[in-house]
Order: sequence, then structure tokens, then C-alpha cells
Amino acid sequence: MKDLFRGELVRLTAEEPELSAKEQARWARDTEFHRLADSDPAQLYSDKKIKEWIEKTIEAGFKPERYSFSIRALHDDKLIGFMGLWLNLIYSEVWVGIGIGERDYWGKGYGTDAMKLCVRYSFMELGAQRVSLGVHEYNPRAFRAYEKAGFRLEGRTRKDIMREGWRTDSLWMGILREEWMHMQNGEQP
Amino acid sequence: MFDIAAQLFEGQDVRFGPIDYDKDPQVEAKWTHNAEFMRLYDVNPARPFSAGIVKKQYEKLEKRMEEDKDLYHFMIRAKADDRLIGKAEVQRIEWTNGNGQIRIGIGAAEDRCKGYGTQALRMLLRFAFAELNLFRMSANVPEYNVGAIALSKKFGFVEEVRRRQALERDGRRWDLLVFGLLKDEWQSQVNPE
Repeated sequence: MKDLFRGELVRLTAEEPELSAKEQARWARDTEFHRLADSDPAQLYSDKKIKEWIEKTIEAGFKPERYSFSIRALHDDKLIGFMGLWLNLIYSEVWVGIGIGERDYWGKGYGTDAMKLCVRYSFMELGAQRVSLGVHEYNPRAFRAYEKAGFRLEGRTRKDIMREGWRTDSLWMGILREEWMHMQNGEQP
Repeated sequence: MFDIAAQLFEGQDVRFGPIDYDKDPQVEAKWTHNAEFMRLYDVNPARPFSAGIVKKQYEKLEKRMEEDKDLYHFMIRAKADDRLIGKAEVQRIEWTNGNGQIRIGIGAAEDRCKGYGTQALRMLLRFAFAELNLFRMSANVPEYNVGAIALSKKFGFVEEVRRRQALERDGRRWDLLVFGLLKDEWQSQVNPE
């Protein structure tokens, strides 16, 4: 049986409120990171406030709809990002959000590897029928990572986001259970 | 200069009004006992609600309107007798991006296909683009809701996203469509040059 939490470059771990909050507060000060990951205006919160949020999600405890992880690089065990999954129990759909906050780990396959784990976990553990995500048109690096993990473009909401007066599209991606199963059959010996 | 006398909440046969806590809960509770309405109006599973629960939902709704400021909700009423016939809302507004989602429901089967939805959507779009000054509107529509698809297309909405097999009803999966309409597309219909 495959280790659900271990990929080739990263592993998924529990969030440790103290450390995660400290790192996330630091990553949030990088507005390039914020704008790549989110559509809200950049906002700076204290690590105290972020810690409270993380603790709240952990305490709210193991709700069957909500799964959050820290992402650590395998080679140095450094905390490099986070991943949140929301399971729609009615329609067996998972929505995923991911951020690799450590800039030194951008463009090296860590995000792709984490997304592969996310998809496997969604289909093999959560029983999902599809996994969905949204990505900004101005984030082609993330788009390629999602494609490599098996996601397909399902459309774009035109001029959805405005940054510095520029309007850009939001891209919508999804992967179906049977698509992923086919990928596994093709790739594995 | 704009026409300040033009009433945003008055259509030909319908108008937008606030919630009437005395009368509306009974009417809407009745709609929720019609599974067809519930399936067309919401992707959440159809379930009947009592008038008491509907009243609580209204209170929650108005609290959200007041506190979150990302939601505008109207009751659609017949102009003739002020009878409740449906609901219209702009929700999930992102002010910095100028986007939001619209939703319209006509409650009773006998009130459908009479142009009320068309009139309500015309008023709602005008409100969203000319009063809220938003830039784009989205509408999420299950592929089986042919009425909503036709209405959206009538107003120039473009099918932008097809979320494959995102819903399940009657033992099969269905696509969930996202339609979009931009302000300039809306404007060119209102004032065709």
C-alpha cells in the first residue's frame, strides 16, 4: 500500500499551530506570494491571530469536511507550505487550496508533488468523485503544476480579478476519479 | 446625468421589496415542499422547511446583509397585489475585484413562464451594474436547469466554465455551468448604439 502522506519530494504533516503561524505570518508579507495564491487584497495578520485560526480549525476538530496539512520538503524536512481540502459530502467533490510560501522552493516540483498527494488522498481516502481548484491566469507556474498532477482546464471566468487596474481571468480546473484511475493504470508497472 | 426618477425596484409586473416577516414564511415554506423548485433553486439537497425555520433563515440572512456587506437580497412581489412570487439576490460580492453571483427563483409553478423571471433579472442586473457598480456577474447553473440556461443566454450571459460531473441527482452525475456577463456586455444591451 502506498504511503498517502509521502511523495517523492514532499510529505504532508499535521499543522503545528505555533510554527505554522510564525511561517504563514512571514509568507504573508511577500505580496507576490499572496497575489499568486489568493484573490483577496493582501492583509497582514499577527502570528498570534493566525495561530488562533489554526487552533480553531484543529479543535473544530476533525470535521469530516475539512482537511488541512503542512507541506514539508523530504530532503531537509523544512516547512515550505500548506494545503487545505474541503470535501463536499453531498457530491463527493474536493476543493483544494495550496500555497508554497518558501520562495526558494518555487519552480522545483514541490507543489506538483504535493498536488499529486492531494489527488491521491482525495480519491483513495476521501472517496471523492472529482477534485476542483481555481487558479489565476497570471500564475502559469501553478497552472502547469496542476496539469502535471492531472487536472484539466474546465473554463475561465473572464476578467474576474483586478490587480493594479489590470483585469485577468480566473481559470477553473478539475480532475475526475476515472481520469485519475486511468493515469495510475498507465503509469504503474 | 442619470435619471434620478427611474425606480430601481419597480418592474412592469413585479417589484422588489423587503422581507415581510408576517406573511412570507408561510409562502416560502410551501415552496420548499415542492422538490422541483428546490432542485432548480439550489444545489443543496431539497428538503422541506417549516414556516418557523424559514423565519429564522430570514433573520440570519438580514444579519449577514448587515454584517458582511457582500450580499443584497430582494423579495420579488407581484405589483398588482404585492403577493410574494420569488427571490432575487446578488451574493458573494468581492468588492476589490468587482464581481458577484446572481440568483433568481420563482417559487410557484403557476408563476413560471410568465416573464416574471425576465423582469426580475433585468432589474437585478441593473442594480448590480448601475447601483453596486460591479464589473462582472456570474451565475452557477446545473446543466439540467434549462429554464435558467435560456434566461441567462437571453441576457447575453456566456457559458464560461463547465465543471464536469460536479453534481449528483437521480442517480447520475451532472455538470455545473458557470455563466458570466460583463458590464460592457450588459450596457450594449441596455443602450444599443
